[in-house]
Amino acid sequence: MKKRLFILLIALSILPNLFASGQSENLHLKMATTTSTENSGLLDKLLPVFEEKTGMKIDVIAVGTGKAIKLGENGDVDLILVHARSREDQFVENNFGINRKDVMFNDFVILGPAEDPSQIKGMNDGAAAMKRIMESNSDFLSRGDDSGTHTKEKYLWNKTAITPEGIWYKETGQGMGAVLTMTDELYGYTLSDRGTFLSMQDKLSLEILVEGDPDLFNPYGIIAVNPEIHKDINHSGAMKFIDFITSDKGQEIINNFRNNGEQLFFGNGEN
Amino acid sequence: MDVLLKALTLILSGDRELLFISLTSLKISLTSLLVSSIISIPLAFFIGMNNFKGKKLVLVAINSLMALPTVIIGLLVYSLLSRSGPLGSLGILFSPYAIITGQTILILPILISMIYASISGLNSTLKETLKTFGASRWYSCYIILSEMKIPIISALLAGFGRVIGEVGVSMMLGGNIRWYTRTITTTIALESGKGEFELALALGLILIGISFLLNFLIHLAVNNGK
Repeated sequence: MKKRLFILLIALSILPNLFASGQSENLHLKMATTTSTENSGLLDKLLPVFEEKTGMKIDVIAVGTGKAIKLGENGDVDLILVHARSREDQFVENNFGINRKDVMFNDFVILGPAEDPSQIKGMNDGAAAMKRIMESNSDFLSRGDDSGTHTKEKYLWNKTAITPEGIWYKETGQGMGAVLTMTDELYGYTLSDRGTFLSMQDKLSLEILVEGDPDLFNPYGIIAVNPEIHKDINHSGAMKFIDFITSDKGQEIINNFRNNGEQLFFGNGEN
Repeated sequence: MDVLLKALTLILSGDRELLFISLTSLKISLTSLLVSSIISIPLAFFIGMNNFKGKKLVLVAINSLMALPTVIIGLLVYSLLSRSGPLGSLGILFSPYAIITGQTILILPILISMIYASISGLNSTLKETLKTFGASRWYSCYIILSEMKIPIISALLAGFGRVIGEVGVSMMLGGNIRWYTRTITTTIALESGKGEFELALALGLILIGISFLLNFLIHLAVNNGK
């Protein structure tokens, strides 16, 4: 008698799952985004609103831009939210993604110690500032991880036409938060998105030394992964989120988002 | 399977970065072993050859410290070496020296404990004989040291095994800086998550190879002593 009851209970617990699979797939969304976006805290404000509105659940995988794009190419996620325009365009050109949309922008800044041994403070040419850091042999910490920030950093070095190498150039292979902490510790310089820096400002003694160069402009794009890559891709869900983030409501949340009283992102999405 | 083949190819091709990372791990861990044994061997001897008040407490403490997780040691040493810590002015955080500091502390308890165990396990007639002949402290130590070659080597191999494969200390104190503090274990931990899978796997194989070799050597040492 007990044995039959037991088997019945097991069967009953399995049953709902058999029926649920069809529906819950559509309510589950996987998005790859960058560590800087995650660190800023913006998603903690955006996602709950979307989830409540649509009843969907989004899993966010925060990795470097390079890895996020790879996840998209493999069909491991349904959409990507990244900040490396040239690579986003390539992603779409190669048919991995469709329907790329502008979402928001902010900028990169070059940070360093208050003493500023390389004397770059106030410069408005990012590449020239990097060159000066290199020439003065000051420590520069690089993400070294193929992220959007790393992509921008490489672009600036390319502009100086010199390859950074030597013990002063430290490729950490880690996320922005970790790099900022290390830069702070070593009294070094680094390139960072403004958002992550502002969210950690009270823990750091680093200062913004270079900003405003058009080269330091940092636009974010959202792209739905091409559903033809893999049969399990939740394309309708992805499009729902893209519509949401470019809608008035989504853009409002982005523009209203503050950290330590500062606005981190500026919406430029359109529906 | 395909990645495994790629990893093996990477090893056989003598990839420069692979080699550098492996050598970095070896250099750091061997130095830690050296510094730690310089401290632990005399200390183990002192504890083993003398009876003093609180000896039992010391032994219990050492045994407990062996179980300390590497991340805890990493955290403690980090707070010492950080700019905001007492030893911050040394400026060694995120350098190989920081890792060496942490790893040395990590294996002190193991080395002391193992060497002490073999001293106290020594045939008491040896100690008696030395006493009878009026051997000086130093001479006794010398004789015992030569009797203990095998157990000491076993302890050193165990200590080395502990540090070559640890990641908590290396990651927190080294910073995984390429061509500088990037070790076998930090590469596996931090680079594989970024798609550097072949490199991580190749290093994993090398680490397994080192571990096997180590265990083989320990086996030889222990058996030859019998």
